[in-house]
Amino acid sequence: MPVSFFLVLSALLFSIGIYGVLARQHAVLVLLSIELMLNAVNINLVAFSAMLQEAGLGGQVFALFVIAVAAAEVGVGLAIVILIYRNRQSVDLDELDLMKW
Amino acid sequence: MDLAQAIAQPSVDWHALSPDIVLAAAACMVLIADLFLPEESKWLAMPLSAAGILGTLAAVVSLAGEHRTTLGGAVEIDTFALVFKGLFCVIGLIVLAMSFGYFRSGRYYQGEYYFLMLCSLLGGVVISSARELVTLFIALELISIPAIIMTALRKADVKSNEAALKFFLFSVLSTAVMLYGMSLVYGITGSTKLDEIRSSIASSADEPLVVLSVIFVVIGFAFKISAVPFHFWAPDTYEGAPSPVAAFLSTASKIGGFVGLLVLMFRAFPEVADTWRPAFAVLATLTMTVGNLIALRQQHIIRLLAYSGIAQSGYVLVTLALIDPSRPEANAQALESAIVYLVIYGIMDLGAFAAAVAFARKTGTYFLSDYAGLWRRSPVLATLMAGFLLSLAGTPPMAGAWAKLFVFAAAINSEVYWLAAVMGVNAVIAAWYYLAVVKRMFLDSPEVDEPIEVPYLLRATMGVAAFALLAVFIYPAFITSLADRSLL
Repeated sequence: MPVSFFLVLSALLFSIGIYGVLARQHAVLVLLSIELMLNAVNINLVAFSAMLQEAGLGGQVFALFVIAVAAAEVGVGLAIVILIYRNRQSVDLDELDLMKW
Repeated sequence: MDLAQAIAQPSVDWHALSPDIVLAAAACMVLIADLFLPEESKWLAMPLSAAGILGTLAAVVSLAGEHRTTLGGAVEIDTFALVFKGLFCVIGLIVLAMSFGYFRSGRYYQGEYYFLMLCSLLGGVVISSARELVTLFIALELISIPAIIMTALRKADVKSNEAALKFFLFSVLSTAVMLYGMSLVYGITGSTKLDEIRSSIASSADEPLVVLSVIFVVIGFAFKISAVPFHFWAPDTYEGAPSPVAAFLSTASKIGGFVGLLVLMFRAFPEVADTWRPAFAVLATLTMTVGNLIALRQQHIIRLLAYSGIAQSGYVLVTLALIDPSRPEANAQALESAIVYLVIYGIMDLGAFAAAVAFARKTGTYFLSDYAGLWRRSPVLATLMAGFLLSLAGTPPMAGAWAKLFVFAAAINSEVYWLAAVMGVNAVIAAWYYLAVVKRMFLDSPEVDEPIEVPYLLRATMGVAAFALLAVFIYPAFITSLADRSLL
């Protein structure tokens, strides 16, 4: 299969992710949308890695690091979401407006 | 093939990695020590962290003048790397001094805080010598993720929660965008090493894809350095975070982003500079102007410093808009002025934050109206604060004047006169709000006459920082000797 198939798939995922980040109000859904964007990156990396064959081991290593960092980020993110839920009984992002300008 | 040979260890230059290793070891030591320390002596984590940072500084000094590469070119020790490693250590020490009283009296998770701060600092130390995409990305995340937790450390405070969530969302979003750009760069060039990227990106036929990938990377970094229009998180995060953490974010985290950006733009993408240079000119203009204009109407010292920090980022972005490898002299001058600016900015911004922390510790307020007549309540604090603000404004007799002048001269030498003009206009706007605070401190009369005692440690730190800024103004050769072209 040509590499462009994978690139189109990853571009679609990335766009859906960006749409989710901008349009959703629930903090957990925003987190999930960001995960979609990170996975689009992984598809890109692995597709390029396969395209480059022998020389492309770096892409797979890169993808592993992205997965690890994404897991760390989600851990921190969910902790903050739980903290906010405890203090305010809501995780609606539109209600987080204590500080402006 | 001989099996033993096949799995032979790659040679690693441990001396070149020693600053990073010492700091990582210090961070682990602080974490373990915190486990065993009884509650009333948790504060010992602070001197322990300071010792770790001093050890790192010693390792940096031991490498002075060296030029080494190791780990297959992923890590390169040159003067550029050492200057920024040293700067991160100094920033770490100043932030420790600011944090000590704050976290000790508040009893917020002291041991965890110092551990997280060292981890975040380690990210900065690693990024200074990273010359490969994966290393850059890991180092950048190592700066951000502990910083997010540090922001959320006041768990019961809803403002701190909100600040952390905003910071988290923008940070992760920017990472995703930056990574998407990096993955495209990898696809175009087939390598993650910056030198290989540099040599193969110019010959790439796919110009739209090159531009797209570089722009994605730049947008990702623009969030990290809070460049307009990607700055919305910064003032809210700084206001809600514990104020020493705000100081850390506004210096270490921002300078870390800039180091990554400088390395990428001067090292990996200069051959295609024609395509992305206009983007930096626009970013710089927007960042300086919007940052300064919004700062004019701030009533909260931390928010004022946040917007002033945004505007200061704009001045550094000017240097990135001057990159032009076909004119080596002007190109090198742009890099040198960026280094000088970041070093001076780190010290003067931390100084201003330290003064605000010292003031808030005794009075409990961050509002500018309460600074009225500070001169009569604490001449020392008023003088120091005025010194740092004058430096940020770029007026003599402080080092900030040289920082602005060097960037200005670089813009003139690159014949980008309109950007130099924008800088000049912005320096005037900025002087207005800095001097308004100075005027308030010295000429207005205070509402309460109660004198303000500045803690000894904080006073000594601010004194040294102010003295350094003054000394650099009088003898700028001290700082220009740090500016080095070894990155090019």
